[in-house]
Amino acid sequence: MLAEVGAESVEDLLAQIPASVRLDRPLNLPEGLCESELQRHVAALAERNRPRDAANFVHGGGDRVCFLGGGVYDHFVPAAVDEIAGRGEFYTAYTPYQAEASQGSLQAFFEFQTLVCRLTGFTVANASLYDGGTAAAEAALLAIRETKREGRVVVLGSVHPEYRQTLSTLLEYLPADVVTVDCPNGVTDVAAVEAALTDDTAALIVQHPNFFGNLEDAERLFAAAKAKGVISVQVFDPVTLGLLKSPAELGADIAVGEGQGLGIPMQYGGPYLGLFACREEFLRKTPGRLIGRTEDADGRECYVLALQTREQHIRRGKATSNICSNQGLLALRATVHLALLGPQGLREVADLSVRKTHYLADRLCETPGVTKAFDAPFVREVCLRVEGGARGLLGTARAAGFDLGPALSRFPAELFPAEMRAEELVLVAATERRTKQEIDLLAAALSDDPAATPLDRGEPVLAVA
Amino acid sequence: MRNTLAIRPLTEMSRPGYRAARFPTPDVPDHAPADVLPAGALAAAPPELPELTEPDVIRHFTNLSTLNMSVDTHFYPLGSCTMKYNPKRHERLAGLPGIGDPHPYRDEADLQGMLQILHELQGMLAEISGLPAVSLQPAAGAQGELTALLTAAAYFRDRGEGEQRRKVIFPSSAHGTNPASAALAGFDTVQLKPTKTGLTDLDELASKVGEDTAVFMITNPNTLGLFEKDIEAITALLHDHGALVYIDGANMNAILGLTRPGDFGGDMMHYNVHKTFTGPHGGGGPGAGPIAVRDFLGPYLPGPVVKKVGGTPERPEFALHTPSKSIGRVRSHFGNVGILLRGYFYLRTLAAAGMRDVSERAVLNANYLRSKLKDVLEIPHPAPCMHEFVASASRSKKNRQISAMDVAKRLLDYGVHAPTVYFPLDVPEALMIEPTETESKATLDQFADIVRDILTKEDAETVKTAPHTTPVRRPDEVKAARQPVLCGVAKGCGTVPVDEVTVSA
Repeated sequence: MLAEVGAESVEDLLAQIPASVRLDRPLNLPEGLCESELQRHVAALAERNRPRDAANFVHGGGDRVCFLGGGVYDHFVPAAVDEIAGRGEFYTAYTPYQAEASQGSLQAFFEFQTLVCRLTGFTVANASLYDGGTAAAEAALLAIRETKREGRVVVLGSVHPEYRQTLSTLLEYLPADVVTVDCPNGVTDVAAVEAALTDDTAALIVQHPNFFGNLEDAERLFAAAKAKGVISVQVFDPVTLGLLKSPAELGADIAVGEGQGLGIPMQYGGPYLGLFACREEFLRKTPGRLIGRTEDADGRECYVLALQTREQHIRRGKATSNICSNQGLLALRATVHLALLGPQGLREVADLSVRKTHYLADRLCETPGVTKAFDAPFVREVCLRVEGGARGLLGTARAAGFDLGPALSRFPAELFPAEMRAEELVLVAATERRTKQEIDLLAAALSDDPAATPLDRGEPVLAVA
Repeated sequence: MRNTLAIRPLTEMSRPGYRAARFPTPDVPDHAPADVLPAGALAAAPPELPELTEPDVIRHFTNLSTLNMSVDTHFYPLGSCTMKYNPKRHERLAGLPGIGDPHPYRDEADLQGMLQILHELQGMLAEISGLPAVSLQPAAGAQGELTALLTAAAYFRDRGEGEQRRKVIFPSSAHGTNPASAALAGFDTVQLKPTKTGLTDLDELASKVGEDTAVFMITNPNTLGLFEKDIEAITALLHDHGALVYIDGANMNAILGLTRPGDFGGDMMHYNVHKTFTGPHGGGGPGAGPIAVRDFLGPYLPGPVVKKVGGTPERPEFALHTPSKSIGRVRSHFGNVGILLRGYFYLRTLAAAGMRDVSERAVLNANYLRSKLKDVLEIPHPAPCMHEFVASASRSKKNRQISAMDVAKRLLDYGVHAPTVYFPLDVPEALMIEPTETESKATLDQFADIVRDILTKEDAETVKTAPHTTPVRRPDEVKAARQPVLCGVAKGCGTVPVDEVTVSA
């Protein structure tokens, strides 16, 4: 090979790098591991994430029982999802620039868009964005472009705190201010929102069900926005759409959401799936990749990257977004997942999550000092108040093998009004995977009666799935 | 053999009452949704999802997968995308219990193994870049660019130069994400003119740089596959004016262990873990775009980052930490951990010697292929190249009306994925070719022979009407743009009327 290129050594080829900037030593990296050593190393680290304590008593596998929520949920992922997403033809392909060689990915993403449209009730959905938080920020940017209003973006204090942080960070150096309408009572006061919607407001961002798990008065909020010419953005939870009215039906203009609940493993925070759907009139201003159906030279139906003139590789500084990827493999997972569930399956997952979360709330509220934080209808997540602070309750639950949370104290305090006493608040959720037995064991572990739980007596209790 | 029945749209395959997934019957008393939720919030019916059996679903997607080209099935020399082999071991390890399944809001004390991996990865990325402060948060390279520019903006504002430093400068050969990210970060964008050499013209740059310059963004080696030989003078010029230099790390595969952005004057950079460190490309994502910056920019990075804090029984060893002047968050949760993990596995396998080996082989492969093709394609810039090169089909376009796109499409008939075409914009009829280090000499020889046959032996009409053997032929992109159909038909999903639905061939 060197002879072909007319070089004596690879060093000749590297001579274009000025000697003065060449690294004159080996990189200081840990020693290399062969496959079996790597397996052993990673397995050992994995074990450090699987604390061997009372959790063993509850789940034979040694993992804590997950009652965590906050926008990420421990839903069941059917094996068929892993099987399809594990096909190298899908996961080692790149962006389908060459449509003729990418019909598999293109059709799957087109079907993804179709299913997102059916969930949200809109007719335009993109092929996905990074996650729920960035999707909300992209929606705000679209609203600013569409309305040409650069004054403010109004976001409710009941929107996920990390989404609000993302929105603030990404809009920091653009003209529009991010204005928050606080939500001290768990459900937003519509009159307060109306007062915040000025003539130069581009967007109103509402999470429904909101971060606390509660239903907002979404229809009135969206109507209020419409009356002021403000674009309504609903942050939705796709699983709850098995039961709830769709964003389009509620009157939102743009729907964004976190698609993690649709067959995507929790993998410590990502990669997840940003869902984005909107009214058809915004089509040419939408961010991100769009797949369109067209015909090939022989008149056969086929799929292709559509409306690329919106995108950075063509429009550069004037693109609708700087995004250059989609969450392709996660969009595929969500498509397979929804195809497996069908309408009844999605409804059952939502239904079971609602029932179990309500039962969980009832049982946890038997614990002295624990009450529901808000007197409002909640869906698949509930916000509890723990008198004197949530930390102790979480610690007791952990020691017994149960993860509850997130406690609101893990987010920056300034994201919640002082009157909420957010340090006392904690979210919990129970998905369709949780059993009554697990919930009862948790309740017993938190109860004051030491004889109430087999865990306290040191007896193993293997949950039978 | 292709099963055209199985690849009909899911919505057409749907039959009422069919279903694949089943769930437990409720085991808790009461609390039916209709009893606990207001009627006004509930939908009359669940969304109109397709109703299918599990074999329907598996057959559909398995057949669809066979319509793709991928690294696992084909040579994929897509320039600037680093389509290297993705080791299978990474997939297995990323799914281990305790690795693939932790909820992001678990207690840090129960995530020490995960945080140790991420902390170690931060350190390795700092070492490879020569830039000590690392954030793993950005979800992709483009988001890494934006994050770094927001970091720079916060730094300048803190110094009282926020109003003054309005401009971000980049070469004409820059990725489109560079100007797009700069605009989103609120900067004005300034593009340099193309040069004959393909390298940045110091004089032109000097004429554009001033006290209003915030950042110069440069890819090095650049998108033409050339190392910017004046990089030290370039970065010194920017620093003399108080500006920062951003290194677009898309081409890191060329310089691992050979030189480091921090050593040639870069102040900030992003990695594309899905390119350089074998995160699978996933059909266009997910990626991961961690950034590394100089220590004085570290306090502005988005949080959280992982910090080594203790190691006592009372205090876990690793903790999440938000830098003191942090710009905030650019996304929810820690980052695209699933992809970062694959990067970690790769780095732990290859180590220092392996890193250098990767780049040396990538450079050798690119130069070999360049040499094999230099008599059939024009290559506007002098040898040697780094890990990729840009050829031009302008001679064949002129003589035989065979364009770069035609060559790309004809390659598909031979079972080779096309190179990147028409980028960078500076080179007419550009074919940007990046073989990567994981391809053998035999594969490169075959590719060179195929290109030679296409350009010298084949009938021009055959090439211009290619591809002929792919599942579909060239799509009508004009129709796709003028009459966009972006979702399948359903009630309430009416981009096209129901009667337009056809069964795909």
